[in-house]
Amino acid sequence: MTIEELEQIANSVQQENAKYDFEVNVCMDLACASQGAGALKDALVKAAEAAGKKVLVRRTGCMGPCSNGPLVRVDPEETLYHHVKAEKAEAIVNCLGGPPVPELQCDLNEHFDKQVRVVLENAGYIDPEKIDDYIAHDGYKALLTVLTEMTPNGVIHRITESGLRGRGGGGYPTGLKWGTVAKAKGDVKYVVCNGDEGDPGAFMDRSVMEGDPHRVIEGMAIAAYAVGASKGFIYVRAEYPVAVSRLTTALREARRHGLLGNNICNTPFNFDVEIRLGAGAFVCGEETALIASIEGKRGTPRPRPPYPASSGLWGKPTLINNVETYANIAPIVRNGGKWFHDMGSERSKGTKVFALTGKIANTGLVEVPMGIKLREIIDVIGGGVPGGHKFKAVQTGGPSGGCIPEEMLDVGVSYDALVKMGSIMGSGGMIVMDDTSCMVNVARFFIEFCMTESCGKCIPCRAGTAQMYTLLTRICNGTGTMDDLALLEDLCSTVKETSLCGLGQTAPNPVLSTLKYFRNEYMEHILDKRCRAGVCTMQTVESENEVVA
Amino acid sequence: MRKNGFARHALIETLHTVQSSFGFLDDDAIRFVALSLRVPLSQAYGVATFYHYFTLKPPGKHTVTVCAGTACYIKGADKLIATAEKRLGIKPGQTTPDGQISLMTARCVGACSRAPVVLCDGEVEGEITHEQMLEQLERWAVE
Repeated sequence: MTIEELEQIANSVQQENAKYDFEVNVCMDLACASQGAGALKDALVKAAEAAGKKVLVRRTGCMGPCSNGPLVRVDPEETLYHHVKAEKAEAIVNCLGGPPVPELQCDLNEHFDKQVRVVLENAGYIDPEKIDDYIAHDGYKALLTVLTEMTPNGVIHRITESGLRGRGGGGYPTGLKWGTVAKAKGDVKYVVCNGDEGDPGAFMDRSVMEGDPHRVIEGMAIAAYAVGASKGFIYVRAEYPVAVSRLTTALREARRHGLLGNNICNTPFNFDVEIRLGAGAFVCGEETALIASIEGKRGTPRPRPPYPASSGLWGKPTLINNVETYANIAPIVRNGGKWFHDMGSERSKGTKVFALTGKIANTGLVEVPMGIKLREIIDVIGGGVPGGHKFKAVQTGGPSGGCIPEEMLDVGVSYDALVKMGSIMGSGGMIVMDDTSCMVNVARFFIEFCMTESCGKCIPCRAGTAQMYTLLTRICNGTGTMDDLALLEDLCSTVKETSLCGLGQTAPNPVLSTLKYFRNEYMEHILDKRCRAGVCTMQTVESENEVVA
Repeated sequence: MRKNGFARHALIETLHTVQSSFGFLDDDAIRFVALSLRVPLSQAYGVATFYHYFTLKPPGKHTVTVCAGTACYIKGADKLIATAEKRLGIKPGQTTPDGQISLMTARCVGACSRAPVVLCDGEVEGEITHEQMLEQLERWAVE
C-alpha cells in the first residue's frame, strides 16, 4: 500500500458515495442498538427501495447523545432525528430532499456547539467495519506519511510538541513515555493498547473501539514505528464482545490492505497486532497487572521500577497507552503538534472524551476542549439535572476519583485542577448525582468495588478497604460513632500511602472527597441517625446486635 | 489452543474459548487446558478463580445479569438486585434449584447512558423497570 493507492481508494469511495443523493446514517452503538437500531436500519433500506430513491443507508458508531436514541442523521442536510422507531423509516425516506419530519427532529444545537471533536471526528460518519470508509476520511494517511517522510525521532518530537498526556487517567506526557521506550535497549519491543476500561460508569474506550477501530490501530502502528517495536497487543475487556469483533474485523482488513504485516508501504517496517481478552478484573487497568494478564497469569501488579518502558512484557521494553491516547495520534501527525497544542488549557492540551451519565438530561458521549468549565458540561451540554431535582455532585475518575460539589463547578477541566479538587481525570467517566443520592452510600459503593476488585497482593489494600467498608456500612446503618469516623480517616491515609499500586493508592479518594465536601452528611448519619437523601435505612444499635446474635 | 499455537501465555484466551463453548469451567476442563498448554495446574486454577468473568459452576438455562456499575447504581440497580433476589429466592452468583434462572451482577457493560441496565440472556435492556424485569423472570419461570 502506498499513499497513491490510499488516495485511489479514497477517491473510489467518494465516487461510489456520489452515486447516492442522500446518506442516511444510523447509529448502531450499544445504546441505540438496544433500542432497536438494527430493525430501524433494515426498515430504512426497505423504505428507500420502495420509494425508488438513491439512498445510502450506513451503520455508524456512537453519535453522542445516547439518551435520545436511536439516532439517525441525514446528509447532506445534516438533519438529526432522535427516538426513531422502525415504523418511522418511511416518513424519513419520504421527507428526503424536503423539509424534515418535524416530530422526530432533534434540537441539540447547544449540546453540539460546545464540543470539539478530534477523537470522535469519524464517529457517526463512517461504517466501523469498512476500512475504505476510514481511508476516505484521511485514514492511514498519517501512518504512511510517517513511514515515508519522518524519522522515529521526528514522530516523538511531534507528539512531545503537541503536549498530549495519557488519557487513561494518570496524565503522563505521551511524548516523554515514547522517548523512554525508544531509548530503551532491546531488540524486541512491544506496544500495548490498554482497552481494559474498568471504570464502571464509563464507556468512551468501548465507543472508540467499536465506532472507529482503525484509528486505534493506526495510532498503535505509528507508536510502534516511533519506539522501534514490531508487535502490538490490544487488551480488551471480555465484557465488550462487539468491540472485540470490530477490532478483529479491522485487523483482518488492515492486513489485507498491507497496512499491517511485513514491509508496510514498501519500507522495512513490520508490525502486527494481536487481541488479548481481559476477564473482568479492574486491577488489570494497572500497567504491570495488565502485562501479567497478557502473559496469561493472574493480574497482580508488581512494584515499579523497573517501569514497563524498560522491562515490560516478557521483560522487554513495552509502551502502554490508553485507547483514547492512541486515537489522538493520527490527527496530531496529520495536523501538526502545534494544532493540538493550541487547544485546551495551559498544562492539559487537546480535547477529552467524557461519558456523561447519571442524573442528567442528555446522557452519552461528549468531547470537549480541556479547560472547559464543569458547569458548561453539565448544564449546557448535558442539559442539566432532570425532574426538578437539585444537582449535588459530579463524580469523575470512577473508583479512583472523587465527588465534586456544586461550588467547584466553575473550575476548568484539566488534570491538575481535578487532582487539586481531590478527584482525578481518570479515563473520562462523569456521573452526575442529584439530591436523591446519599454521598456516604456512594462512598461505600466505591469502597465495596475496590474491596472486591483488590487483587489481594498487598495488605493495606486488601485489608484496609475491607475495614473501610465495614466502617462505612456502620455509618450508613446509623450505628457508626465519631470514633469510627476518626478511624476511617486514619485508614484512608494509611491505604493511600502504603498500597502497592494505583488501585489501592487511589481507593480512598471517593471517601476523602466526600468527607471533604459532604462532611455534614456523615455527621447527620452518625449524630442524628438520619439520611437526608432517604437512601440509607437506619438501624438502632440494639437491632444490629440482634442481627449479630 | 491450536489457533494460539499452544502458547502458554494464551491461557486466558483458551479458558475463554472453553467457557464460551461449555458455559463454565469444570475441573476436567481446567486440568485438560493446563496439561495441553504445559502450565502448572495451580496457575490455571489460579487464573480461573482470579478473574470474575470465569465461572466454575454451570449456569442456569437463562441468565439475568444486573449491571452494578456506578451509573446504574445511582439509578437504582441495587433495588433491582433486591427485587430479583426476592423473586428468585437466590443471591447473585447463584442459580435457582430447578436450574432455570441464574442471577448475576456485572461490573459494567458500558451502556451507562441507558442506566439502569439488565442483560437478559446477553440482550441489553436499558432503562428497565422492576415490572419489566419481573415480567421477564415470570416468562422464564413458566417455561
